[in-house]
Amino acid sequence: MSRRRVVITGMGCITPLGHSVPEYWDNLMAGASGISRTELFDARTFPSTFSAQVKGFDLQQHIGPVGLHETAGRNTRFGLAAAKQAWEQSGLHRFEQLDPRRVGVYLGAGEGSLDFQIFVDSIVATWQPELRQIDTVRWAKIALETMDAMREHEQGPHMPSAHIAAQFNARGPNFNCLTACAASTQATGEATMIIRRGDADVMITGGCHSMIHPFGVTGFNRLTALSTRNDSPQTASRPFDATRDGFVLGEGGSMVILEELEHARARGAEILAEVIGYGSTADSYRITDIDPQGAGGALAMEFAIRDAGIAKSEVHYICAHGTSTTENDRTETMAVKSCFGELAPKIPVTSPKSMLGHLIAAAGVTELIACVMAIRTGTIPPTKNLNHPDPECDLDYVPNTPRKADVRVAVNNSFGFGGQNDTVILRRFEG
Amino acid sequence: MTDSRRVVITGLGPVSPFAVGAAAYRDGLYGGAVGIHRIANFDPAGFPSQIGGEIAPDQFAVRDYVPKSYRKATKVMARDIELAVGAADLAVRDSGLTTLGVEGTGERVPADRMSTNIGAGLICADLNELAEAVCSVVDENGQFSINRWGSEGMQRLTPLWLLKYLPNMLSCHVSIIHGSKGPSNAITCAEASSLLSIGEAVRIIARDNADVALAGGAENKMHPMGLMRECLLGHLTTTHNDDPAAGCRPFDRDSDGTVIAEAGGCVVLEELSHATARSARIYAEVAGCGFTFSPYRMADPEPHGAGVADAIAAALADARMTPDDLDLIVPQALGVPVQDLAEARGLATGLGARASQIPTWPITPHLGNSGAALGAMNMIAAAMAIHAGRIPGAVKCPNPDPQYGLRISGEPIESKFRAALLTGYTIAGQNAAVILKSVGQVD
Repeated sequence: MSRRRVVITGMGCITPLGHSVPEYWDNLMAGASGISRTELFDARTFPSTFSAQVKGFDLQQHIGPVGLHETAGRNTRFGLAAAKQAWEQSGLHRFEQLDPRRVGVYLGAGEGSLDFQIFVDSIVATWQPELRQIDTVRWAKIALETMDAMREHEQGPHMPSAHIAAQFNARGPNFNCLTACAASTQATGEATMIIRRGDADVMITGGCHSMIHPFGVTGFNRLTALSTRNDSPQTASRPFDATRDGFVLGEGGSMVILEELEHARARGAEILAEVIGYGSTADSYRITDIDPQGAGGALAMEFAIRDAGIAKSEVHYICAHGTSTTENDRTETMAVKSCFGELAPKIPVTSPKSMLGHLIAAAGVTELIACVMAIRTGTIPPTKNLNHPDPECDLDYVPNTPRKADVRVAVNNSFGFGGQNDTVILRRFEG
Repeated sequence: MTDSRRVVITGLGPVSPFAVGAAAYRDGLYGGAVGIHRIANFDPAGFPSQIGGEIAPDQFAVRDYVPKSYRKATKVMARDIELAVGAADLAVRDSGLTTLGVEGTGERVPADRMSTNIGAGLICADLNELAEAVCSVVDENGQFSINRWGSEGMQRLTPLWLLKYLPNMLSCHVSIIHGSKGPSNAITCAEASSLLSIGEAVRIIARDNADVALAGGAENKMHPMGLMRECLLGHLTTTHNDDPAAGCRPFDRDSDGTVIAEAGGCVVLEELSHATARSARIYAEVAGCGFTFSPYRMADPEPHGAGVADAIAAALADARMTPDDLDLIVPQALGVPVQDLAEARGLATGLGARASQIPTWPITPHLGNSGAALGAMNMIAAAMAIHAGRIPGAVKCPNPDPQYGLRISGEPIESKFRAALLTGYTIAGQNAAVILKSVGQVD
């Protein structure tokens, strides 16, 4: 028995580069930047004062009355709007025979955010400096009066997948994985496995996340992971460039509809691409550092290629994790070389994060959408802001301008803190 | 099809408020131990509910569960991570396997044939650690200054602060300690996390992406934010502050809410022939899994338990079983009456008349609701029951309410349990069912 094939029939996104796939793609092609001074809170004195924000977004404009989603957090709202776009593109909203028990959701969504002011006020009012402790008796009284039950509940990382399942009546398997910056690529891979195995015919998959809040930026700034090029936000994200100094924190949500091939064919759906391979590994090295040889990333690509049953020479494009941190871009380059050997210099490797910023849990699937578009348009999005070659980063990164290329197979890499590595491989659908 | 590879449980690692380690956990369950007390981690007097399942400091210290060379890394572990690391160590030792971190019998499991799937909750930053930094930038009017936070306050936090609280760090630390380089995942679906994680790990082995998996979940709700969140939702009992041990009483007439806890639960999953080749002790086989969603409200389970019933149907189909093949139920059993009712209705729909005949064994009265660990704590108990062929009398459910229609026995039951059903759910709508079967039934 041959295995069930999984195809993409819908895509949607809310990103710093646009609130739909066409807008996002046009901006990638134009070399635009989604990065600017942080407006979501007063970040003037933070080490990093800029970020890649979603601007002018209103959920109601996307889904109409928000109803059940009144209490949804910012991450969930991005996800709902992206899922709506994907769902409509797939045509499943018009497919009356759809069995809701055969439709699942697998997200790699991030946690929601707390109400910063209420939280800070509660601890400032109850801190006992001499004891170096909160007075929890008084804190409880204040928190009971000021904190909102649903605001707290909606922070759960499983809430976006619940909201989306409720919105689209998806009664099948429902998961959220939060494997840091690899989360939504992992979700896409695992959702593919669920359809392959026969546990669902349709999966809504992707991710949504926003960490552009005071404690989020604090966390990344303390790790010295963020670019501090405050005088030039739009050129700050410069993956593979010798002068790179960190990533640019972004936010957003992107979703794709995965569907079993025969299910999609039977209803005459337009097939955007096929998901042919998935690999997941752990570095098992150190919590604070990437394996210095990029071994975990290389193994994820190996596993995905083996799963896809393709030759390495068939890979035409690698959409890199490419964060613009010193460590990632060097080790990812080594991982690509280690996996592809002498083929490596011939494969275009680019990083949309140069324009998009780093959407954390939502990054992988947003970049997967770029892979689908590269396959469909025959154009590879460039790595922007790459002007100073780094001797340790010596692959073909397609600097600054898009390139025409016949992309039949695209590899999407996502790596996360703690040594999470995930690779998903797409192929042009040719029947 | 590679998906026909069978998966068995060969190691159990519980870290719970009443017992740490498989033997102590079994003795505690069968001896009626309860780990629920008045909260000692902080003064709970201002909270409506003041009890919980805490693990006493003399019962568990993470440094005892990591190789010496890894002790420094315990500084970047939130409590949730510590619990996962402890549970994984205990599970590996119980299985007899050799990993990078544990010297068992036989050769080390190859790194790329091992997987780690540990479910996690919403990990909370240590409130006092954060408060000290926040309160260092309060201005003369007693107001927090965001600008001074950005320029100086945040510097008081350790540079690795964020890494303590990322939910994938449970799996990541475990993968580093045990040298596991295969698929690694972190399912974050509240109380359903463990069953979903174990289900995912079973699939990973079944599809030949690994031979051994460390799977389960861990969560610490025993901090002011954890308690506050549950208080705000109104899910906790407020009538047992003077009688903590009787606080969690699912399906009981006198239940008025649940109790929060901390715990870590890990099982070693192993491909059947891999386990038999090394003559491993096999507790049970994971025979089937079913995962569903039931749309309703965002913080209340669908009242008819339709999603639980769907999950049971899917798990039975996956296991190629009917309700007649089951003879033990270990439900989520939180003790929140509206949730217990929905779960019981789901069991009734999913199992028909068998729902009221099969013994139901709630585990939560022993330790409370440990969130992402809950399903693993239940599964460890179910695997022990199948292996031992008996369950103790249910504790703290002296008056099972007939409206739930479940058979909860106050007396021990000796039986050659062929198969056990575990159920789990989140109040947002995720549902899980997993069926374990006796290896006596392996054909």
